[in-house]
Amino acid sequence: MARYLVRRLLQALFVLWAAFTLSYFVLFALPSDPVGIKLGGIDSTATPEEIAAVRDEYGIGDPVLLQYVKALRNAVTGDFGHSVQTGGEVRGMIADALPETLELTGLALLLTLVFGVGLALAATYARTRRLRQFLLSLPALGISMPVFWVGLLLIQVVSFQWRALPALGNEGFDSLILPAITMALPASAFIAQILAKSMTTALASPYIDTARAKGASRARIHIHHALRNAALPALTVFGVLAGNLLTESVVVETVFSRAGLGRVTAFAVDTQDVPVVQGVVVLSALVFVLVSLLVDLLYPLLDPRIATVPARRV
Amino acid sequence: MTLLEISGLEVAYQGRHSAPRTVVHGVDMTVGPGEVVAVVGESGSGKSTTAHAVLGLLPGTGRVTGGRVLFEGRDLLTLRERDMREVRGAGIGFVPQDPAVSLNPVRRVGDQVAEALLVHKAADARTARAHAVRLLGEAGLPAPDIRARQYPHELSGGMRQRVLIAIALACRPRLVVADEPTSALDVTVQKGILDHLGTLTREHGIAVLLITHDLGLAADRAQRVVVMSQGRVVESGPADQVLRRPEHPYTQTLVAAAPGLDDGLGPEPPTESGAADRRIVAVQGLGKDYPLPDGSTLRAVDDVGFHIDRGETYALVGESGSGKSTTARLVLGLESATRGRAEVAGADVTRLARSRAGRAELRRLRRRMQVVHQNPYASLDPRLTVAQIVTEPLRAFGIGDRAARRDRAATLMDQVALAPDVLDRRPAELSGGMRQRVAIARALAPGPDLLVCDEPTSALDVSVQAQLLELLTDIQHELGLALLFISHDLAVVRRVAHRVGVMRQGRLVESGTADEVLRSPRHAYTRDLIAAVPGGARTALRPRT
Amino acid sequence: MSETLDPPRTAEAADGDGAHGATPADRSGTERTAAAATTDQPWPARGKDAVVPPRSARLRGRARGFGTFLRHRPGLAVSLVFVAFVLLAAVAPGIVAPGDPLTGEPADKLQGPGAEHLFGTDQLGRDVFTRLVHGTSLSLRATALAVVVALVLGTSLGLAAGFVGGVVDDAVMRLVDVLQAIPRLLLSLAVITALGFGTTKVAFAVGLASAAGFARVMRAEVLRVRSAGYVEAAHACGVRPTGVLLRHILPNSWGPVLVMAALEFGVAILAVSSLSFLGFGATPPTPEWGSLVSEGRNYVATAWWLTAFPGLVIAATVLAANRISRALDTERGDDR
Repeated sequence: MARYLVRRLLQALFVLWAAFTLSYFVLFALPSDPVGIKLGGIDSTATPEEIAAVRDEYGIGDPVLLQYVKALRNAVTGDFGHSVQTGGEVRGMIADALPETLELTGLALLLTLVFGVGLALAATYARTRRLRQFLLSLPALGISMPVFWVGLLLIQVVSFQWRALPALGNEGFDSLILPAITMALPASAFIAQILAKSMTTALASPYIDTARAKGASRARIHIHHALRNAALPALTVFGVLAGNLLTESVVVETVFSRAGLGRVTAFAVDTQDVPVVQGVVVLSALVFVLVSLLVDLLYPLLDPRIATVPARRV
Repeated sequence: MTLLEISGLEVAYQGRHSAPRTVVHGVDMTVGPGEVVAVVGESGSGKSTTAHAVLGLLPGTGRVTGGRVLFEGRDLLTLRERDMREVRGAGIGFVPQDPAVSLNPVRRVGDQVAEALLVHKAADARTARAHAVRLLGEAGLPAPDIRARQYPHELSGGMRQRVLIAIALACRPRLVVADEPTSALDVTVQKGILDHLGTLTREHGIAVLLITHDLGLAADRAQRVVVMSQGRVVESGPADQVLRRPEHPYTQTLVAAAPGLDDGLGPEPPTESGAADRRIVAVQGLGKDYPLPDGSTLRAVDDVGFHIDRGETYALVGESGSGKSTTARLVLGLESATRGRAEVAGADVTRLARSRAGRAELRRLRRRMQVVHQNPYASLDPRLTVAQIVTEPLRAFGIGDRAARRDRAATLMDQVALAPDVLDRRPAELSGGMRQRVAIARALAPGPDLLVCDEPTSALDVSVQAQLLELLTDIQHELGLALLFISHDLAVVRRVAHRVGVMRQGRLVESGTADEVLRSPRHAYTRDLIAAVPGGARTALRPRT
Repeated sequence: MSETLDPPRTAEAADGDGAHGATPADRSGTERTAAAATTDQPWPARGKDAVVPPRSARLRGRARGFGTFLRHRPGLAVSLVFVAFVLLAAVAPGIVAPGDPLTGEPADKLQGPGAEHLFGTDQLGRDVFTRLVHGTSLSLRATALAVVVALVLGTSLGLAAGFVGGVVDDAVMRLVDVLQAIPRLLLSLAVITALGFGTTKVAFAVGLASAAGFARVMRAEVLRVRSAGYVEAAHACGVRPTGVLLRHILPNSWGPVLVMAALEFGVAILAVSSLSFLGFGATPPTPEWGSLVSEGRNYVATAWWLTAFPGLVIAATVLAANRISRALDTERGDDR
């Protein structure tokens, strides 16, 4: 188990390093010009001294590899440099914006689980074929809807027609509900689809016949036998789900005019603010890696077949 | 009073967009208290469907469309789901087909046995665990208190089947339905389990409805036999009567096709040819190791030696994991040996398989050695037509032009007794037996000297198997091929082999002429193997023709 | 080796390749193959099998079969018709909506949907339906480009990994791991930051971000087919390795990849329209599906039709594409 843990940690570190390196070379090697952007574009009136100072700050005179090593060393301590646009520290900008977005994604994640698992269970438990097929067709509908459109529809109906919840802003819990639902709808469709599929597979397994032949009730078979087995594949996409939700905030925060990491990201892309974009990329890779690590450590508790054969992954 | 009485049972599967397809047509059968009744039939006979219908466990779209299933006087088909649950487990126990997948992989086996008790309130949460351990012990599981805390993947196939038996018998039902309970297991394991199931059910006066494809097994275990074919009961009666004096033509075919050990039906002796290159295969000290994840090595094949002459069939027999298939792959150069040598037609395959240049040489050698694989559903590329499949080796070796290959394909079809228009079809349109004939035709195409058959009939029904074995021996006689025949089934080996080697845990424990090995085995393991072959009771019953 | 190094069971299912997962285990298998097995029943030991109908009859039967196939699947039929209509709008927008998408009648501004303006008009009096139809071409071209980029890049990586194996496999799969650790939308955003704005660049970014999924599926397929019985049979009867690749492995492994491409089409429409909603795609006044919704955003309180209809068309197209991909995946050959 210890060897497995070490292996898994090294793997996580590798992914983080690679995400940093990849984004570094994509973002810095390609033709964007932080100096030009910072000093106001082509018709800039910057003096040669100012230009030299900026070039120095971004280490532009150095060979590429040296720049990279410097950047990597800084990144390990969480330092991604300064925003080209605002001049603020990237770490600080992300730290300021993150709490709002974490609240949003946290609530969205919760709703996703409730809706998704609930729908999958209801769909596979439904007794009549018609109801079952109706419920099973819902996820396909959910994943086809553009997130921004769902948000706008909710604003139209709930905020403007019913006047029930605020359409915009960050004021209080009320303003969190619509954005969270907007995020959760497609995501829960995604979870429901995976879970319903693995529930269907599990329910058709021979061990379900064995359980039925014992005289076990439907509810018992669904919960004790099918769900335990079906939850495993759904659990593995949790890392992807968390990362996706975090990123969806770019769209959702724009639709609802909320402040948060998503807005920071959208603005950074809009202004080609390379250090900020890179900081966000590495952060989301970190979230993915942490959640996946957590899931992987949890997995042996749920699936005894993994626990006894750690060698399988070596 | 009969315990179970099935009358006029009809079952249909509803296709999603097509008319329902009836697979069981008016089946009648009865089981008395404490009686063992075997339902025998080939695939598609409706025997498993009947068993599932009794328990109300038809898969997916299956529906009972007519008839009655009376159990202790109550018609199970009219019961509400809630009442039916009371019958399942408590009144009728069920032993499923494949122990590898019939236990919930994420729950401890003890809990799974205890569940059977809990749902019928035969024990409370406090006592269920201890009770489950007792049941596991009763089912013949060694160290049941330790096993109860383990998960299914930690147990062998045989042990899992014992767990399933413990579950089925937990509430002391009046009837146990066993659906091919041992067909996934090796014969020696099968014997132990069936003996144990027999003892337990006799002790407790439990009746058994045994579903099987194996006539010999039915004869050994059942008092009465019901023969089913294409959804109908064609014959039923006391076991010895049905199997000794079968009345229905189908039963007669089935009895004739079922291989037995003492039929005296060995193959014709090999044709003597004066050619100098008589010896086709010579294997010496052959060994193959596989590294295991824990750092140790598995000796899959260990010091195996044999030879095969032109026109002769050598059979390697053994249970799963004995190394017989690996040996065949080593001879074919599909894997490289760790030790020893295997020569085919004078060329050292083991040496060739090791180097790049050797592998080119090996490819040319393949013209002289061809193989027929076990699973006819996997060994044919689904996208190609039969003509393309059969001529593939010819293309590979650049033999003949397009027209010549087409002619050769037609000849081959004739040789394996398939109609010429099969050439335009694709594998999916063919039955298992036909596919295996196509595989044989492909193997014969380049005119090999050696044909390796790896369990060629184990995926097929007995009547199809009998035809295929006859075809193989005919072709061998005609072409003077050397045949390496891999099988787990001693009765099949009896029909085709001139000489037999018995393998166990990678080693050849006994080797000799078929008569010597099968009639007067010297090694204890060979004797166990022969004793475990079902049909011991039947051979005495068999009509002498 | 590489198989076992696979990271935390990542996006396997997320990328929809779970779609070709195993069908529920065939339990009482022997009974189910009844149809196939009955043809096996006693034929004379070396006799001929039953006569097969001639090929032309079978082809006719197949065509008729497709009609029945569709009649039983109204959803699929509607999807095909809708996609055909969308394609027509992309190829010949003038036929579907003859009006001018760029200039409007200021007098008719912000009119609700009605007989004259099917989807209403916008703040400049331009017909929303006409703008949607004329935006189709740009949206679909961007989507198609994204799918092609993902398909070409992903499958070549996956093929190399699966067929060459060894170090190549390890390197490719580690790259795929990393790409899949970054959410696709964010990866696209990073590429856009580097490349700049515009529909083509957005399409390229979306394609690049999706390539990893294709690589994974292609590799898995190649590995699956490589271990298939008929591949070993081909080796054993003496076919050269390149022959095995071209004749057996490739033709048998591209099916699931194509299914995924169809599925990816829907995903790419969503991604492209999200990015152009955020303003990184087409520049006004050029109509494009995502930017139409974005333009209508300011009137969300007063003119719901400006956002509702373009969004509806996007959702319907994705739904139809997904339905068709599912048909390709699971229902092919069901009724044959």
